[in-house]
Parts: sequence; structure tokens; C-alpha cells
Amino acid sequence: MPEKRTLFEKIWNAHLVAEPSGRSCILYIDLHLVHEVTSPQAFDGLRTAGRRVRQPLRTVATVDHNIPTEPRGTPITDAIAARQIEALQKNCREFGIRLFDMDSPEQGIVHVIGPELGLTQPGMTIVCGDSHTSTHGAFGAVAFGIGTSEVEHVLATQCLAQQKPKTLKIEVRGRLQEGVAAKDLALGIIGQIGTDGASGHVIEYAGEAVRGLSMEGRMTVCNMSIEAGARAGMVAPDETTFAYVKGRRFAPRDREWDRAVASWRTLPTDDGASFDRVVVIDGAQLSPFVTWGTNPGMVAPITGRVPEPGSMRDGDRRATELALEYMALEPGKHIEDIAIDRVFIGSCTNSRIEDLRAAARVAKGHRVNPKVRAMVVPGSQTVKRAAEQEGLHRIFLDAGFEWRESGCSMCLGMNPDILQPGERCASTSNRNFEGRQGRGGRTHLVSPMMAAAAAITGHFTDIRNWKFQP
Amino acid sequence: MKPFSVHRGLAAPLDRANVDTDQIIPKQFLKRIERTGFGEFLFYDWRYTPQGTKKDDFTLHQPRYKNASVLVAGRNFGCGSSREHAVWALSDFGFRAVIAPSFADIFANNSSKNGFLAVVLSENDVAEAMRRAREIDAYHLTIDLEKCQVRDEQGFLANFQIDEFVRHCLLNGLDDIALTLQHEAEIAAYETQHPVPQSVLRLAP
Repeated sequence: MPEKRTLFEKIWNAHLVAEPSGRSCILYIDLHLVHEVTSPQAFDGLRTAGRRVRQPLRTVATVDHNIPTEPRGTPITDAIAARQIEALQKNCREFGIRLFDMDSPEQGIVHVIGPELGLTQPGMTIVCGDSHTSTHGAFGAVAFGIGTSEVEHVLATQCLAQQKPKTLKIEVRGRLQEGVAAKDLALGIIGQIGTDGASGHVIEYAGEAVRGLSMEGRMTVCNMSIEAGARAGMVAPDETTFAYVKGRRFAPRDREWDRAVASWRTLPTDDGASFDRVVVIDGAQLSPFVTWGTNPGMVAPITGRVPEPGSMRDGDRRATELALEYMALEPGKHIEDIAIDRVFIGSCTNSRIEDLRAAARVAKGHRVNPKVRAMVVPGSQTVKRAAEQEGLHRIFLDAGFEWRESGCSMCLGMNPDILQPGERCASTSNRNFEGRQGRGGRTHLVSPMMAAAAAITGHFTDIRNWKFQP
Repeated sequence: MKPFSVHRGLAAPLDRANVDTDQIIPKQFLKRIERTGFGEFLFYDWRYTPQGTKKDDFTLHQPRYKNASVLVAGRNFGCGSSREHAVWALSDFGFRAVIAPSFADIFANNSSKNGFLAVVLSENDVAEAMRRAREIDAYHLTIDLEKCQVRDEQGFLANFQIDEFVRHCLLNGLDDIALTLQHEAEIAAYETQHPVPQSVLRLAP
């Protein structure tokens, strides 16, 4: 009997270049995604040491973190941001790396364009100097975020020295209710296991609810793995995966495609393979969620209330008190009674075409509450064009949403899209940390449907009771 | 990389769990293209008012913690964004190590590449070190990577575990790119067996 292996172990083992005794494994990296913020020091390191980029063709760059989302061609007024973008352009030229630049019709958030261009494929090892690299695990790839020193390491060697992480299976049984999105599943999981619940582990998401998700939904769930502390998140590839990848620009074609699919079919975890840990979640019991605090584990169902710190143990009580003070929320307040000032629909978590369709379906025939400023930032130029072809931008614009150019935007507020102090935002992004979207800004994480509904009513609203307009 | 063997330094308490890297170095300071100069922006929102005035009551601004080089913090330190700038900022500010009950994986990785120590001690040991850092004036901790020990001069002693290879690299200040390139023959062999696929060759700029 051959050894039973997990999806993760199969990919990990297939990429081991060397296992020196007493040292970390040397793991080969198939695809290295690069962006402007975490790479300049890495390229400088190469130059200082007189090293080259070992595999320019396995390295792909784009600008996303600090570019403005005003119409393209608008000058970048932030001189330091402009210098960082210029540094990436220069580095890509010098080292022969493909760059999807500001003016490229395929520019976008690095974790949106990788899959969209067919660069992300099952069975790969993928890294990027960005923690949300876990997104690509949705394709059955081992994908994880790295720091700048490791970016330099991959540029120079196409390998990483890594200790093997543990495995955690999260099995989501049953089906998600209508109105409960992939984002709610992610928030529900983090609420249950905590923001360090998966530290040191690679998560494999499995079960009926996960199998039922589209690729966009799987990307949302894998994207948020890092918010549970995981090294990476994965979903086994299946027909849904193959259908998404097929025909994309850098996907295999013809005979190469047939061979690839045959090999991808061998990737799913063998029956009887064991994980270091298993967590079972009842997907049918999940509801739409809203975060109330300053980390993604501080989450409540839309029908719930802001928690009472008094009822908690010491460590949690202090963290909750600090969070509620920052968020300016009273314990016991109904989540539905929390009024908002801003709405952000976008980010590598929720800016793909399906996310925009879901939000547009809610917005259709309604008007954004006059007290709310709402913006939609497509994840890429490709998503933007697709949405415009379907007329989604019309729905948003007619409802009073802003329709902007692609980029990371207000997810992290490195560009001019930021919250003002005290502003409260319903956001489809991934982090509600203090100041993340702008100093003093208060972020509540929600799904695209929930964000659109909040934009219209001016407060959090249970999407399950929404009156959709035909 | 700067080697780390034994460091004795003033300890400062930061009694918070889940200190994320957005807090350690806010995003508006990530646009620099150098590795240096991040220290002045460390914990910026906690250290300065929105108008840029120094908050004198913040721990690291209290005279007794001036020149602290060991930070004692709550669990899951360094969670969130992969930004290595967080480690650069802590180092640049003068810290050589953080002691906490747990660290986010990427932060711990980044630390080890910068001669900066992320020391994991038990919840109880961290709580005790935190209490002493608050109550004892000029409280110094010694972090001994040779012996894998944290100790003070008042009888506190705790052992910690660290991956043996990471410890070896830190003690000797090794450049891990050079170490990996010692496997050039194996990398080249792997690349011969796994050539760049046709689909990817289309990426040539």
C-alpha cells in the first residue's frame, strides 16, 4: 500500500530540491509574484551581492499597493510612492521581469491577476512578498507570503529554505444558507479558531460547503487563511478549478493542457491520509457576519450584539475593552444598529467579478444612503472591463457608488483612499486592525452583499431579508 | 547578517496581544525603498497624536524605558501583513529581541533574517517578565542564544526553544542565500527535470 498523503504533502514533496540534515528543506518555487512595496530592498540586495534573478520567467510583477484609483493618467502626487513605483519599473527592466504596469490592460491586485492570467495553477508553489498570497491556494497550490529577505532569496535562487509546516483540515459540512457568502465562511472560521488558531499550519478547506464554492469564493476563503495565522490555505483542485483555468492567457494549452489536468487530478488528499489537526464546522449554521473589533476574530452574526467584556476572562476582557474603545462601540449594542459613514467594496479578498455581481444585485434599483460615501474598486482592469460589459458599473453609478480604477486602495490605505479619523466603514477587505484603513478609522469586515446593503440603509442590515429589485 | 549570541538590555513591557504589523509600522511609512530609517515611525499611531505631537505617556516614551532593547509583549506578536519593515523598524529603534508567548509565522521568519530574536516563552514566564519590567527600575534581561535562556539578575530564568538551524544561522550571522546556493547542483538538476513550461515561456517580456 502506498503512503496516504495530503494535497499539501504531495505538492511539498514534489518541490523538495534538497533536505540537508540539520537544516531547513530547500523548496523550489514555481511562481514568484512581485509588487512595488516589498521588493525594492530585495533588488538592491541582489545588486549589492552581484547576483542575478535566477528565473525571470518564473517571476511576474505588477503595481497595486500604492497606486491611485483615480482615472489612469492622473499624476501621482505622492512623490515617495511614485519613487517606489519607478524603482519597480527600473528593477523589472534591469532584471528582465515581466511587469504589468500602471497602464497595462491587465494591471491589478497581484492576487487577482495571478489567477486571472492563468499564472496560478494547481500543484504549484507560489510566493509573494504579501501575506495574502494564501489566496492562490484556492487552486490547490501551496502559496504563502514572505518577507523582503525571502523575496531576495527567491529572486536569487528560485528556492526557499523552509521548515515543513503542520497540516490542519477544516471540514465545512452542509451548505451555506442563501445570503451567506464565502466571506462569512472565512469570518465564521476565524471567529471560531481565533487569529492565531492556525499558526504554524497549512489549512486544507474541505467539505460540501467548500466544494460548492466558485473559484472566486474559494479565493476569498483561502485569502483570509492568514487572518487565522495559517501559513497557507488550500482547496483541492476539481472540475470547478479546471474550468476556471482553461483558456486563460498563461494556462497550458492543447496537449500540455491534457497532461496538466491528468497530473492535477492526482493532487487531492488520499482517502485515509492524516492531518495534524482537524476542525469541523457546520456550514448550514453560519450566518452573515460583521466584525466589531480590531482583529478579524472579533466577529458577531448580523443578528447578534457587541459583546460584554465583563463576561470574559482576563486576557480577552482587556483586548475587548481596548477594541471597543477604539471602535467607539457600547457593549450590548445590536450589530444592526451600528451606523456607517463609508463603504469599501474591493481588495484581494472581494474584488473579483463575482463579488461585484453580488454587490450589484443588492444595489440594483436602490440609492446609497445620503450619509454614506461608498466606493467600488475592481480588483483588476480585467475585472473592471468585464463588469462594464455586464453593465454593473451602471448599477453602481446609478445607485450613487463611486466606480474606480483597480488597485489595493482602501484595504490598506497606502494610496490616497483612506478613512478620516472616526469614520466607520463597512469593508469587504481582510483586516480591521487599528488604523489599517486610515488613522482613527473604524473598519467592520463584511461580505460584498452585506457591504452593499449597508451602503443603502446606512447601517448593517441582514442581507437575508433584503428586497432585491428585478 | 549581524550575529546574535548573548544580549543584555533594558526591558520594556507592551502588554497587548495580537500586536499587528500595521501597528508596528503603519502603511504610510512603507514607501521608502531602503532598509533603514524606519525606527522613528515604530508604533507611530501609539507614539504620536494625529497632529504629530509625541505622546509622553506611551511606554517607550517614559524616561525609564529610554534605550530599551528587549520588548516583552502579548501573544501572536507580529500578526497580519508580511512587511519586513516591522522588523526593520524595531531594529532601527534599538530593539534586539521581542519576548512573547507566540509570534505570527512570517514575523518570526523575517526576524531570523535580520539578526533579530523572536523569543517564545510560556504565558506565565512572559507575564512574570512583564511584571518585573513594569515594577523594577532599570530592569535588564539577558537573552542568551548560546544557552537558549532568558534571565535577569533577580532570579528569573526561563529556557526557550528555537529551531536548531535558525539558531546556528543567528549565532554565526550566516547569509542564507549563500547557504542555499551551496545546493546549486541540486537546484540545477531540479530545473532540468522541471523546465519552465511552454505556457510560462509566453511570459517573456
